[in-house]
Amino acid sequence: MGKAYSNKIMQHGPWYQLFYGFNILFLTAVILVTAYPIYFVLIASFSDPAAMNANYGLMMLPKFPLSIRAYKIVLNHPLVLVSYKNTIVILVVGLLFNLSLSSLGAYFLTLNKSMWHKPIAMLILFSMYFSGGLVPMYLNVRSLGLMDTTWSLILPVAISTYNMLVMRSAFAAIPDSLVEAARLDGASHFRILTTVILPLTGAMMAVMVLYYGVSHWNAWFNASLFIQTPTKYPLQLVLRQVLILGQNAEFEASTDMGDAAQMSELIKYSLIIVSTVPILMLYPFLQRFFVKGVMVGALKG
Amino acid sequence: MPNPLLNTPQGKPLSLGTRITRDFKQYAGAYVMVLPVLAFFIIFSYKPMLGALIAFKNFSPRLGIFRSSWAGSYGFEHFLNFFNSYYFWRLLRNTVTISFAGLIFGFPVPIVFALMINEVKNAKFKKSVQTISYMPHFISLVVVCSMIRLFVSEDGFIVYIMQQLGYTGSQNLLNVQNAFVPIYILSDVWQNAGWNSIIYLAALSAIDLELYEAARIDGANRWRQTVHVTLPGITGTIILLLILRIGQVMSVGHEKIILLYNDFIMERADVISSYVYRRGLVNGDWSFSTAVGLFNSVINFTLVIMANRLSNKVTGMGLW
Repeated sequence: MGKAYSNKIMQHGPWYQLFYGFNILFLTAVILVTAYPIYFVLIASFSDPAAMNANYGLMMLPKFPLSIRAYKIVLNHPLVLVSYKNTIVILVVGLLFNLSLSSLGAYFLTLNKSMWHKPIAMLILFSMYFSGGLVPMYLNVRSLGLMDTTWSLILPVAISTYNMLVMRSAFAAIPDSLVEAARLDGASHFRILTTVILPLTGAMMAVMVLYYGVSHWNAWFNASLFIQTPTKYPLQLVLRQVLILGQNAEFEASTDMGDAAQMSELIKYSLIIVSTVPILMLYPFLQRFFVKGVMVGALKG
Repeated sequence: MPNPLLNTPQGKPLSLGTRITRDFKQYAGAYVMVLPVLAFFIIFSYKPMLGALIAFKNFSPRLGIFRSSWAGSYGFEHFLNFFNSYYFWRLLRNTVTISFAGLIFGFPVPIVFALMINEVKNAKFKKSVQTISYMPHFISLVVVCSMIRLFVSEDGFIVYIMQQLGYTGSQNLLNVQNAFVPIYILSDVWQNAGWNSIIYLAALSAIDLELYEAARIDGANRWRQTVHVTLPGITGTIILLLILRIGQVMSVGHEKIILLYNDFIMERADVISSYVYRRGLVNGDWSFSTAVGLFNSVINFTLVIMANRLSNKVTGMGLW
C-alpha cells in the first residue's frame, strides 16, 4: 500500500484503522472463496489421474506429476471440436444480427417526436414483460421450419430488448446538435445512424459485443430443444451431455488405456477449462465499460 | 418554438392528414429501418402470444391452433386441472420458497459488498477484487451446475470441508432434499453477487464528494459519514431494486433447476417453470403446459406492473 493511502487511513481514529484492516482482510477472503472453485477446476484438470482418484479433499496444488492426458482426450474428440466451431459460427452470425437489429431499433426509439414512436415503443416494452411461454415459443420455431438448423439458435434471440434499451440510452446521450447538424446537411436517418451515432458509441458497442457474445457462448437450452443432429450441437450442449447427463461413452472409447473410469472426472475438469477460458480471458479487457453499461440499461431514471 | 410536426408556424394545430404526411416525410427512412425490428417482435414475441391460445384448447398440431377444439369448462379445463392437481401447491411453495430465500439471503450481499469495496483506497486492490468477483457471472450455467455437481458429490471438496467441520453424512448433497435451496442460493450468490454490486458501486460513486466534506466540517467521523451520507446516497437504488425484485417473486427460471434437480429432490426442487418444461416439452402435454405457463406469466406480469407503480411512487424511478 502506497504512502498516500496509509496517510488517508491514518488521519482517522484507531477504530477506523481497525475497521479498514478488517475490511481488507474480509475482501481478501471473499476473493479467495470466489476464485477457489475456478482454481480447483484448473489444477484438477492438470493433475495426475491416479492421484485424483484417491480422496483429494481441499486441494491447494495439483496432484503431481502433472498430466495433460485429459486435454488430449478432450481436444481429440470430434464432437468437442465440431461444437466449438458451431458455437463460433453462431456467435459471429448471431452478433451480426444482434448488433445491426438492435442499433436500428435503438435509433428509432430515440426519435420521440415521431408519431409512431410511442406505439412502437409500447409494443417493444410489453414483450419484455409478457411472453407466450415456453411451449408456444417451441411450437413457433417448429412452425417456422427452423428445427435442427443453426438459425433456430440465432433468429429467436436476434434482439434482447434489455440490450437494445441500453443502446438507446447511449444513442440518446449524444448531443442533439450533432444529429441536427447532420440532418440540416441533408443526411438520411440511415446515414445519421451509421456516420454520426455509431462512431461515437464504440464503448457501448464493446459492452454489447460482450453481453450478446456471452449469451451466445453460454446458451444451451434452446439448442437442447431445437437441435437433434449431434454434429450441429453448440459447445454448451456437448458440455451438458458430458457434464450433467454423464454421457461420456464416446470419450471412454477414446481412452485406449482401459482407465476410462479414472479419466472421466478429469475429462470433465478439462472440458470446463477448454470451454470457459476464452470468455474469462476476454472480459477483463472490457471491464472498464461495464459500470456505464449496467447503469444506463437498468433504469429509465 | 412551435413543433412543425404538430403546429403551423402561427401556432395553430395541423390537421391529422397534414401531420401524418409531414411525419412520414421526415421519418420515412426511420420507419423503413425499424421494419426488420418490428418483424422480429411480431414473429418471435407476438406470434407465440397468439400461440398461447392453445392453453384454452385441446391442441392438435394436425389441426393447428384455430381449428383445434376448445377445452372443457369454457376453455379453462387445463387451468382447473392444474389448480386441482397435487402439483399446484408443491410448485407454488417451491417457487416462492426459492425466490424468497434468494431475496432474504441474496439481496443484501451485493449492497454490503459494494459498501466494503467503496471503502478500499488502494486502486489496484480494488480493481482486482472487482475483476475476480465479476468473473463467475460470465461462466455458463451448464458449467456452474456441473461444478456444483462435482463439488457437492460424496468426494467433492464441499462435502469434505463440511466433514472437517463436523458434518457426519457422506452422501451427495444433491440427493438431500433440505440441501437444495441452500445450494441453489449460495451458488447464485457466488455467481452473481459481485456482478450485482456494480449498480450500487455506480450509485456510490455518484454521491457528491462535497457532502462528505460538509459532514467532516460538522465533525462527523467516518462511521457517521457512512450513516448520514453514504447510506442515504444509495437508499433510492436499494428501494428501487428491492421493489423490482419483489415483482419477480413468482418467477424462478427453469434452466438452473433443470440442470440440478433429480428424482430424489423433486419434492423441493421442482418449480413452476421446470414443471412447464417437463410436462410440455418432455411429456408433450402442450395445451396443459401452456396453461400452467400462462398462469405464471399473468401473475408475473401483474406483479411487475404493481411493483413498477409502487417504485415510481416511492422512488420516482421505475422500469417505465
